Amino acid sequence: MPLQELRHRHLLGLKTYGADEIALILHTAREFREVLDRPIRRVPTLRGVTVVNLFFEPSTRTRISFELAEKRLSADTVNFSASGSSVSKGETLKDTAQNIEAMKIDMVVVRHSSPGAPHFLTQCVDAAIINAGDGAHEHPTQALLDMLTITDHCGSLEGLNVSIIGDILHSRVVRSNIHGLLAMGANVTICGPNPLLPLHLDGMSPNGQVRVTHRLEEALEGADVAMALRIQMERQGRNLFPSTREYHEQYGIKLEHMNRYPDLKVMHPGPVNRGVELASEVVDHERAVILNQVTNGVAVRMAVLYLLSGRGGSE
Amino acid sequence: MDPNDLIKAQLLDPRDMERMLQRMARQLVEMFELDEDRGETFGLVGMQTRGVYLARRLQAIIKRVDDIDVPLGVLDVTMYRDDFMLRAKQPVVKETRIDFDVDGRHLVLVDDVLYTGRTVRSGLDALMDLGRPASIHFLTVVDRGHRELPIKADFVGRTVPTLPGEEVRVRLQELDNEEGVWLVQPDGAGRAEVDGAKPEGDD
Repeated sequence: MPLQELRHRHLLGLKTYGADEIALILHTAREFREVLDRPIRRVPTLRGVTVVNLFFEPSTRTRISFELAEKRLSADTVNFSASGSSVSKGETLKDTAQNIEAMKIDMVVVRHSSPGAPHFLTQCVDAAIINAGDGAHEHPTQALLDMLTITDHCGSLEGLNVSIIGDILHSRVVRSNIHGLLAMGANVTICGPNPLLPLHLDGMSPNGQVRVTHRLEEALEGADVAMALRIQMERQGRNLFPSTREYHEQYGIKLEHMNRYPDLKVMHPGPVNRGVELASEVVDHERAVILNQVTNGVAVRMAVLYLLSGRGGSE
Repeated sequence: MDPNDLIKAQLLDPRDMERMLQRMARQLVEMFELDEDRGETFGLVGMQTRGVYLARRLQAIIKRVDDIDVPLGVLDVTMYRDDFMLRAKQPVVKETRIDFDVDGRHLVLVDDVLYTGRTVRSGLDALMDLGRPASIHFLTVVDRGHRELPIKADFVGRTVPTLPGEEVRVRLQELDNEEGVWLVQPDGAGRAEVDGAKPEGDD
C-alpha cells in the first residue's frame, strides 16, 4: 500500500527521505500539475497559511517558483531578502528567524549560503522549514522536480541510468539528486574534470553505487538521461579549469552527441550558459526537457508545501 | 468491512443496489431528457473514491438501456476541503480528470453518502473553478442526515435516519470485494473527532 503521509515535518534534504516518501511527493505533484492547466490556476488549499520566503542568497527562478506555488495554493506569502534587510545591520540568523516567527507564520522557505542553515532554523522556530538551497549541501526541491521530469519521459526511475555532468564539487543539486535517485533505484554516474569532482563521495555513496568518470563519452554511453550542471562563472577566478571554451570541448554536450544517442534526454537546472555546458542547438533540441523542468518545479513545490503544511508530525 | 465495525443493520443488499441504480439512471434520463444529442450538454462527475465507481455504473446502465453515451469526469476535492487547519497530516490528493468542457453543461455530481454536506460544498467550489456549468445537481446513494450546510440531494437512493456516532458504509464490488450498504457503530467511536477528520466515504 502506498504511503499516506510524510514521516518528516521539514524538508531539509533528500538524504533522510525514503523511496516511499519521494514517491508520495511525486504522485501529489502530478495531481497539482493539473491545476496549472486550468483556466483558473488557483486552489484554496492553503488558505490562511502564511509562508515566508527567506532568501539570504540571490535567487530568481527558485524564489519565483516557490512564490507561484504558494500563490496557486492561496497561501499568504511574505518575501524577505538579505539585501536591504536587518541582516545587513548585523542581525543573526536566529534573531531574524525568531523575529519573523513572532509575527505568526506557519512555514519558512529558506535559502542560505551556509550548509545546515535550514537545519539550524528547525531548532529555533516552530514553523515547518523547506530548504531552497543551503550552500553546497542540498537543494531538495530541485532534485524532486528533476525526478518528476525524468518519470514523465522515461517512466519508472528503477534501473534508469542518469549521468550528471559538470561542477559536481560545488553543486547542491547533485547531492540531492544522488540521494533521491539512489533511493528510487536509479544508477548514477557523475562526470567532470578532476578539480570539479569531490575528493570523496562517502556521504553520498555509502556502498559505492555512484560511478565516477572523467570522460564525457563514458558518461553518455548507455545513459537514459544526461543532466548538465551550470558552470559557475563566479568561481572562474579560481582556475578550476583552463577556459570555458576548453570545458565545452571536453564536457559540453553537443549536437553530435544527440545524434549518436537517439534516446538520450538532456536536462539542466538552469540558468544555462549556452555554448558552455550545452551547445546552443542542444538547448533547443526536442529531447532537451529544460522547460518541462521549470513547469514541474511549481508543481513539486506545491506538493511539498501541501504535504508539510499539517500541524503535527514527528521528526 | 472494517473488522472493528459493529454491524447494526444491513440497509441494502446487492439486488437493492442494482435496482436503486437502475431507478436513478431512469430518473436522470427523464429529468435531463437525455437522447443521443444531449450527451453534449450533460455530464456525470464522480467524487473520489466511491462516487467514481457509482457514476461509472450509472453511465453503463444508461448506455445499456437507452444506448446513450454520457461523458464521465472524476473529481477529487482534497484541495478544496475546509478542515485543513484541523488536520495533523494532509490526506493523499487523488486524480481529478474532467475531459469535457463544463461550460454550459448540466452536471450531476455523484457520491456515496451525504452527511454534513461539506464534501459537496467542496465539490461545488471545485467545479466552479473549472468553468461555468449550466447547472449542478447532486446524486447520492444514502442520505444519512445531520447536515451542517444548506445543501440537499436531488437524487437520493435511500434516506436513512442515523445517530451521530454511527457510520454508513457503502461497499462496492469493484473496490471492496463486497456489495451493499451497512449501518455500523465504529469501535472507539469519537476517535475520528480527535484527529479532526472523518473517515473517507462518510460525509
